[in-house]
Amino acid sequence: MAFQILLNLFIAFVWMFLKVSYDPGTFIIGYLMGLGMLFVVRRYFRSRFYLGKVWAAIYLVLLFFKELILSNINVLKIVLQPKLDFQPGIFEYKTILTKDWEITLLSNLITLTPGTLVVDVLENEKEKILYIHAIHVPDAHEAIDGIKNTFEKAIMEVSR
Amino acid sequence: MTETIKIISIALILIGAFFSLVASIGVVRLPDVYTRNHAASKSATLGVISILLGTFLFFYVEGHQNTRLILAIVFLLMTSPVGGHMINRAAYYTGVKLWDKSARDDLKGKVKIKDTLL
Repeated sequence: MAFQILLNLFIAFVWMFLKVSYDPGTFIIGYLMGLGMLFVVRRYFRSRFYLGKVWAAIYLVLLFFKELILSNINVLKIVLQPKLDFQPGIFEYKTILTKDWEITLLSNLITLTPGTLVVDVLENEKEKILYIHAIHVPDAHEAIDGIKNTFEKAIMEVSR
Repeated sequence: MTETIKIISIALILIGAFFSLVASIGVVRLPDVYTRNHAASKSATLGVISILLGTFLFFYVEGHQNTRLILAIVFLLMTSPVGGHMINRAAYYTGVKLWDKSARDDLKGKVKIKDTLL
């Protein structure tokens, strides 16, 4: 991905040198033309066309803000209800992600999702296991697994 | 246009103050370290972020673009979940008990707990 961006910048500079004009407008036109060229020759790269990854990253950031707002409303309801009748607990979640930065990102996202907070990350030979403290275990379990599947999918989409 | 942005910034600051208040009520009301940490790490994050965003918009209308506020938002988003996680982990490893009504504890027995400290 970094290589494709560098190549794109290089094409933009070549365009500026060809036009003998060094203002931002020419740079942007050169960058867009380079984008078109890279799209045409995308099958020669080992990773996929980088604009897809950029889009996936933007989607991840938007998802992050949505979950942050939802989790705050959730905490608001729990704190301000008159009786404390929830059942907290720690459950384990096996993740299929392998790289360290992916695990960090996933646990940050989980920490900011409704009603969950990462307590510990352990690893055995095969996989990494996140231990998550949930504020209400009985009904949250299935829904939380669903949410995390969307997170995991979004992170895979960025790193693939 | 200016008035609209000012109203938006006032609304953001009020929402941020409200969420910070809820976070502090949660820290007082909730029963144990782990549930208190839920309130502190989530509501405080969104509260401070929306206060900073409101301040940024307010001064943006006046003609100052203070990008340090945006940087502060980014740093806060990166660090505060990690802080919450580390407090939780340290509490678990030093043997702080979960609340009596807790339903399950999958981590029990998986890690060595120092019970001498508390």
